[in-house]
Formats: sequence, C-alpha cells, structure tokens
Amino acid sequence: MYLKTLWSSLKFIVLSFLVLGLVYNLVIFGIGKLIFPGQANGSLVVQNHRVIGSSLIGQNFTSEKYFQGRPSATTPAYNAAASSPSNYGPTNPLLIKEIKTNLDRVLKENPGISASDVPPQLVESSASGIDPDISPQAAYLQVPRVSRLNHISKLALISYIKDNTVSRFLWIFGDSYVNVLSLNLEVVKLDHIEKQS
Amino acid sequence: MTWQGVLQIFVLLIVILPIGKLLSIYMYKFLDGGKTLTDKLFVPIEKKLYRFIGVNSSSEMAWTRYLFILLAVNFIGFVVLAILIALQPILPWFNPQHMGRVPFWTNINTSISFITNTNWQNYSGETTLSYLSQIWLTVEQFLSPVSGICIFLVVVRGFSRSNSKTIGNFWHDFVRTIIWLVIPVSFISAIVLLALGSPDNFSPYIVAHTLQGAKQVIAQGPVASMTSIMQFGDNGGGFFNANAAHPYAAPNVVSLLFQTILGMSVPVACVFLFGKMIKDKLQIKPIMAVMGVLFILGAFLMYHYEATGNPALAAHGIHLASSQNYEGKESRFGIGTSTLFNNTTTAVSWGSVAAANDSMTPLGGLIPLFNMMTGEVIFGSWGVGMVGMLAYAVLTLFLAGLMVGRTPEYLGKKIESFEVKMAVLSMIVPSLAILILSALSVAVSAGKSGIFNLGPHGLTEVLYAFSSGVGNNGSAFGGLNAASPWYSATVGIAMLLGRYPMYIPLMAMGASLAKKQKIPANAGTFPTHGILFTILLMGTVLVVGVLIFFPALALGPLAEQFAAHAGKLFG
Repeated sequence: MYLKTLWSSLKFIVLSFLVLGLVYNLVIFGIGKLIFPGQANGSLVVQNHRVIGSSLIGQNFTSEKYFQGRPSATTPAYNAAASSPSNYGPTNPLLIKEIKTNLDRVLKENPGISASDVPPQLVESSASGIDPDISPQAAYLQVPRVSRLNHISKLALISYIKDNTVSRFLWIFGDSYVNVLSLNLEVVKLDHIEKQS
Repeated sequence: MTWQGVLQIFVLLIVILPIGKLLSIYMYKFLDGGKTLTDKLFVPIEKKLYRFIGVNSSSEMAWTRYLFILLAVNFIGFVVLAILIALQPILPWFNPQHMGRVPFWTNINTSISFITNTNWQNYSGETTLSYLSQIWLTVEQFLSPVSGICIFLVVVRGFSRSNSKTIGNFWHDFVRTIIWLVIPVSFISAIVLLALGSPDNFSPYIVAHTLQGAKQVIAQGPVASMTSIMQFGDNGGGFFNANAAHPYAAPNVVSLLFQTILGMSVPVACVFLFGKMIKDKLQIKPIMAVMGVLFILGAFLMYHYEATGNPALAAHGIHLASSQNYEGKESRFGIGTSTLFNNTTTAVSWGSVAAANDSMTPLGGLIPLFNMMTGEVIFGSWGVGMVGMLAYAVLTLFLAGLMVGRTPEYLGKKIESFEVKMAVLSMIVPSLAILILSALSVAVSAGKSGIFNLGPHGLTEVLYAFSSGVGNNGSAFGGLNAASPWYSATVGIAMLLGRYPMYIPLMAMGASLAKKQKIPANAGTFPTHGILFTILLMGTVLVVGVLIFFPALALGPLAEQFAAHAGKLFG
C-alpha cells in the first residue's frame, strides 16, 4: 500500500512539473505575446531602431545636463541584470558615508540650495538599484541646473514635470513620482528644438 | 506621517474582508461536496487525474495515512525539484544566458525552501537561474501552499466532526484546491499582472544603449507568470533578487496593491472557512479581531518608524528636506505603501518584499521580525496561519481553565492533556529552533563571518534569518550571507522544523479531537466568541512572543535604536 502511494505521488509530481511548470508558463507567455506584446517584451523604449532602455528600468544619469535619479547600490550602478539594495543597516558607518557623499554632490551640482531642500530620495539608494522614478520635488530641485546647462526654459521643464507626474493611486496608495528617463528624453527633445531655432 | 499612509491600512482591510468571505464560500463548496459554477469544466479533469495517478478520492483516511501521503508528495516534490535544478547546465531549453551549475548547498536550501512554502532565496534569480529552473520553482509555488490547506482541513475537521476515526481524503482536498482554486486564480492574475506592466518572455537579456551612451543589460524572463502564483500562494520567491521592489515585478502601485490583495485573500478566507466548517460563525470574531488588531498595529508602527526616519542621521548632522527613511525604498511606493506591503508579507507569511528590510530603522525592522516570531498567526500563510491561531486558542483556554480549575472546552470538544501538549509542542519547537540556531550562529565563526552589518544590527540579521526560516516566511535582512554553507544548512533545518515538527502535532491534535464526542455548552462553559476571550487570546499571542524573544530583541533592535539616537555606529 505504501509503495502504491509513493508511485501515485511520483506520477502526480511529474504531471505537476509538466502542467503547472511548462504548460502554465508557456500559455501565459503566449497570451502576453498576443495581447500585451509591449509589456511582455519588457516595456522597451526604441529610438531609431535601437533599444535605448525600458520605461520601467532606471538608467544611470551622471551627467549634470540630465535629471538624475536615485542613488543605486548595484555594481556597477543601475545594473539591470543584478538588482539589489545596499542593505546598509541604520547604524552602519557606510550608510552615513553614502548619504554624506551623495549630499555633497547634490549640493555642489545644484548651487543655491541647502541640505534642508534635498529630499531623502536623492541621497538614499533605492530598493532595486534600478528605480526609474523620483519624486516631483526631487525633479523640481534639478530644474535650474538642467535648464542652465541645456539652455532650455525652466517653464517648459516645470510644466513637463507637472504633466507627467503620476499621483497616488485612489489618492492614498503609493507616492507621486515622475519617470527620469521620460524627463531626460524631453530634455533631449527640447534641446534639439532650441538648437534648430 | 501622512493621513494617506494611515488610511491605506484600513482601506486594504475593508477591501480584503469581503474578498476573503466570498472566497471562503467558494472553497467551502468545492471542498465539502457543494456545487460550483466551475464544476462542468473541472470535474472531468479531476476524474481523469485520479484515474491517471491511480487513487480513490472518496475513501476516508485515518490521519496517519493522510499525513503519509502529504509527506510523500512533499518529499518527492523536493527530490524532483533538486534533480531538475542540478541539471540546469545540461538542459538546453530556456537558458539563453547560459546559466551554469547551481552550487550544491544553494540547491538543497532552495528545494527545501520551495516545498515548505518558505521561498527563502539565498541566490539571486537573474544571475543564478535559467528560465527553465524558474519554471520548476513555480511548480512548488503551486503545490506548497495547498499542503497548508490540507493541514488546516485536518485540524478543523477535528472540531467539526465527532466520534470519527477518519479525517478526510488527502487527494480530494489537495487536488480540488489546486484545480478549483490555485490554477484559475493564478492564470487570471498573471494576465492582470501582464496588463499592469510585468514582462513575460524567454528572450536573452536585452542590451540597451542608454541616453548617456552607456550599455545597460536588462534581465528578462517569465516574470508575470511566476509573480502571480508566488504572491497568490503566499510563497514570496521573486523572479529577481530585488523581489517586489524590482520595477518589472511591480511596475506601479496598482500592481503592488493587486499583489497584496492576492496574497491576503486565501489566508483571510481560511478564517471565514473555519467558521463555515464548524457551523458557528460567531467563533471567528475573536480570531478575526486578534489578527486584525495585530495587523493594524504592526502596519501603523512600521509606517510610523520609517516615516520618522533613522535617528542616526540627525545625530550625525544630516538634516534633509524630510527625515523619512528612503534607504532601500522605491519612489513609486513611497514610505506608506512600502511599509504596508512589508508588514503584510511578514504577517501573512509570504515574504516577498517591496523595500529592503535590512535598511529599515531599528524599530521599523522589529515589526516584520515580531510578525514572524508570533508563529505567523496574523492571518499567516495558507491554512497554517489559522491552524497556529487555533493552537493559541487551545493554550488560552487551558490557561483560563487553570484559573478556575475546570477542564477547558473549545467548540464543544473537551481540551485534555494530549491536545494541550500538542499545542504547546507546536509553539516550543519553532521558538527553540529560532533561539538555538541564532545563538549558535553568533557563536561560531562560520556564522559570524556571514553577518553584513555589525553591532546589534548583526544580531537582528541572524534572528531575522531563522525567524523567517522557521516561520516559512522567506523574507530576509538581505545583507546576511545566506549563500554560505553554514546559513544554507542551518536555515534549511529551520525551514523543515517550522513546517513539519510544528504542524504535525497539530494534525495529531485534530485527529484526537475528531474522535471525541461533542458536548453541549452549559452554564460552566467559557464562551469563546466574546470580548473576554478576545482579550485573553490576544494576551496569549503577545505574551508568548514577547516572553520568549524579549531578551534577544533587547540586544538586537532595541539596543540599536538607542545606539542610533546616540549616533553610535558599528563598523
């Protein structure tokens, strides 16, 4: 009787690996390809037949000309093939060092602001290391710098941020944010228009 | 703190209660011989399946036979999974990144982890596993929560049946839950997750040429299909290392909220299902109240401490625009939803995280740790959370009985020495496992060398690992080097202890209760649906948790909170 039970269990498990493993995953894959190809393929952003990124995945912006995103703890920064947080505990000296270094950089790159203007998002690293978003405050703070270095109007940037801010879901869930890649694509576009005129 | 952050805790509960209630009606029907709308589709599949594997689904089983089959299905699942993961370098399909051999200890730890519904991950998905291996993991994500439902059914039948030597049919319970519940919900949810933005493909990793002129390799995979069942089944094993914080796993707060509701639905339904099975809906009131209050308290406190932020920053002269702790949190979720999600996944025991627990403030990180240390009874995982709460109820009645010198009764069954012993055993085994394994780990060099953050936080990292393992939760203070042979082996043992030695005694309790006669309530019966019982039950849960773990918590998170205020760092 015990052997028979083991045999039944084995048949059940093998069938499960085939149906719940292969069949289930392949059917969902097929549905994705058919109905939601954009999402299923990773929400890629394509320009001139070249993939320049994914609208969901943060990219590393170090140039002061661009809006900058969250600090990233992956190696190298914004490694979208090995996501990770810093895992620094609250009393880890590396955490204090990280925040101080980032704060010094933000203050240096954005003259005229003080530490009490800087949202923690801009100096504390994200959970995934590839956070694509920042808060609108973190974006507004960078407007004077980006506008000056690219010779584009502050108003155009501010209104773009305003129009592209995603608010809390049902007014309560999550937090409002703006996508950094989309902001910088707008910077490139405005810069281009500026140069043509 | 903002009002939105507090309100969302209550909104979540208001949304989840009716969902749980509806689900319990459906579950009661397909488990107890009622008719459902889906029978036409599923009954023929079910019959064919029984014929193929050669079992009879209508014969009643003694609890030992029921348990034997449950263990057989778990064990064979473990062996097959471990073999398939070991074969990763050889199997040629769905491995465009040419992932190589999975280290032996990682494989053993992972296979234990996924059969016990823990989903502790000492590997990072996108750098270790082929798409095919991830597919194999989803299989146990389907099966392991259903084992929890079977444990639940045995224990609750102990109360609902009388003079019965049998406890149900394993195949009937197991197969019906999979076909009627797990497959359809996962299937639909995967499509919802796709629509909300999660990818699902088998492509090689994408090479993007970024705006700034760099190359960025973006990991891909069947994310939506895995995320769906890993959240619904309270598994928590994410596709990526960053789990639900990864923008592909939860691209926006709508997706995260949907995943929260998915994960909470069956554990909440189990409370209602308990009421239906014992045919006394009043009895679920104290249980729901205790779970609900502990849930709200945890979510509120965690949000409060994270919104208040890390005191060490101010002590070191860092004064930003706000003191909120954003280290290890994602912009789109903010502080409120990040903490709500992490509180939920440790209370409801699935362990997928949307923010880094290791970087929480000392007291913010204490909440998920405490949620697990209660024995995962704040809703808990599929079935077993409710079963753990019943063990607390038995203990509470025993204590109350001692006070008045009367044999306690619960739901018309006399609670005698055997039942109390089994209930206490189910609490002692996990608590001892957490404390002994933690003590060993901070004593031997193999354990100490795996600690990432030094000082009291290091102790918290270790305590968290074993609480997560024993609680079959799977979330982590991610800094700990969980992939080392020491932690692979010890957390592996913790996961096994927290599954089998914890719940088998309770199944024995259920079987023993089923044999007993139902006795009508009389004037001397302590009513178990009122406010007095609710308070006693809450007290028992808290006292057991606090008494056992307070010394360890004082040396870990509490000591660290004081150190942070004083600006003391450990490095």
